Amino acid sequence: MPHPHDEAVLEEQIDQWRGYLRRRQAIQSVDVAELEDHLREQIAALADAGLAYDEAFLVAVKRMGSLDALSREFAREHSDRLWKQLVIAPAGAGETSAGAGREALVAFGLALAAAAFVKAPSLFGLHWGQAEGFYLRNVSLFVLPLLAGYFVWKRGLGPRDLSRLVVVFVAAALVVNLLPFVAGGSTEVLAGLHLPIALWLAVGLAYAGGRWGQVAGRMDFIRFSGELFIYYALIALGGGVFTAFMVVIFQAIGTDVEGFFESWLLPCGATGAVIIAAWLVEAKQSVIENMAPVLTRLFTPLFAALLVAFLVTVALTGRAIDVQRDVLIAFDLLLVVVLGLLLYSVSARDPQAPPGIFDTLQVVLLTSALVADAVALWAIAARISGFGWTPNRVAALGENVILLVNLAWSLVLYAGFLRGRRPFARLEQWQTDYLPVYAAWAALVVVVFPPLFGYR
Amino acid sequence: MEISKDLMAASSTPIVLAILAEGDSYGYAIIKRVLELSEGRIEWSDGMLYPVLHRLERLGHIEARWEVAESGRRRKYYRITSGGRAQLAEERKQWQAVDAALRGIWSTLAVPLPSITPTPLAPHPEGA
Repeated sequence: MPHPHDEAVLEEQIDQWRGYLRRRQAIQSVDVAELEDHLREQIAALADAGLAYDEAFLVAVKRMGSLDALSREFAREHSDRLWKQLVIAPAGAGETSAGAGREALVAFGLALAAAAFVKAPSLFGLHWGQAEGFYLRNVSLFVLPLLAGYFVWKRGLGPRDLSRLVVVFVAAALVVNLLPFVAGGSTEVLAGLHLPIALWLAVGLAYAGGRWGQVAGRMDFIRFSGELFIYYALIALGGGVFTAFMVVIFQAIGTDVEGFFESWLLPCGATGAVIIAAWLVEAKQSVIENMAPVLTRLFTPLFAALLVAFLVTVALTGRAIDVQRDVLIAFDLLLVVVLGLLLYSVSARDPQAPPGIFDTLQVVLLTSALVADAVALWAIAARISGFGWTPNRVAALGENVILLVNLAWSLVLYAGFLRGRRPFARLEQWQTDYLPVYAAWAALVVVVFPPLFGYR
Repeated sequence: MEISKDLMAASSTPIVLAILAEGDSYGYAIIKRVLELSEGRIEWSDGMLYPVLHRLERLGHIEARWEVAESGRRRKYYRITSGGRAQLAEERKQWQAVDAALRGIWSTLAVPLPSITPTPLAPHPEGA
């Protein structure tokens, strides 16, 4: 029969084991509790069969499998938990600092290359600030191939993926530079605005590095995009402060640096910062804990309240929406914001958690956004024939429809989840499956709109 | 006997779903049942079962609940859902097709196979 002292030793050993498990980021405390229950039962069974507690403990731990293998399996299933951590490269601890240094070098090298790409056309007489159409159409081509290249290097993609990416970027460059755009026309502006959206999918393919087929891979890319946006905004803010100081102190000695700012600092900084921001997101994920979900938590209630207040006001006063030129774009942007709030709360949510108050809030937000958009579309539809079908309006309307379809089906899935009919994973799957639709529409605007509207 | 990793991964879903279709269960008991059914030939590393359970839960095939077991510890029980039963039926069809094909080729194959003997379950006191 086991001695009470042995039991105390066993408890100590289990405590220690629990401690090791807790240090693994992929294994959360509920999982530790589940595994501990298993371990204890195994020990009890082994002890019943005649093993001493310390022997039983060793056998039970061995049967559980090595901690590394175990946490790798958990990591594969719960990749969301690891998003904060640097686990993508399973390198040994000794290599990591050298690897991080090399990665920083590659990132800064690519950022410099992006800056050089932006300035290179000046050598051929296409000056920043003069050849506006050229820069508008090509700006995404100065940056995104390098960003994709960074991930090709980082994920170690093979020649097949690489050649596919090259084909996409070369095709994009040919399309926007060979189509006979009318200078300053709407289709040129639209092509410039939509090309980055279409090419973002190519960046995503490089980022996911073979995991694009999996929901988790695409979800990671969504997380990455949000964090990149936040880092970029922060860098831009810092850049603004830096520029303000530069202008003021040089003014004090009577030197005008505005020209330098406009033709060097702004274009080079704005493009290079994309690569730097991407590198920061990759390297410093654990430094700022996922900012996008935090901001989402903050703004979801505010936007829900805003939209409900708007709808109540419309209902009470009976005021119709004054259909101005930009009203459709304003509602498109509203849907984009709502989609962002939805995406980042989905990306941070534990899919196993039961529905909570925040989920109800999301459904309120989705419903009110859909109703508000429907009100706006109703007002626009009544007058669109009078306005005529300009490229801008067709593009804005198409985007509205795409977002509306996404949000409407998301609402159905979310409501199903709240009523316990559907697992939360369906919503994740829907959102990640929908990503190519945005890129496809954007590609359509870039390629088909110019000839359709006579390149004007 | 060592069963390859790929085969383990592929078979874990129907095995777990089928065991849960017999009745609600929890991790340790599921592993015990697997040993019993395979006469000790399929030996999962215990910890590996849990990520599989969590994946099935995420996909909505099974549901989990915490209960206090007779030992006084909190224990996570799993239950198969209607979606899980449908998935099981689907997997069953697929495995039967594979099984039938293999049986066909085994019977025509002239090479005699080494006989399979169940490995002893020594430290597993419950035996099989």
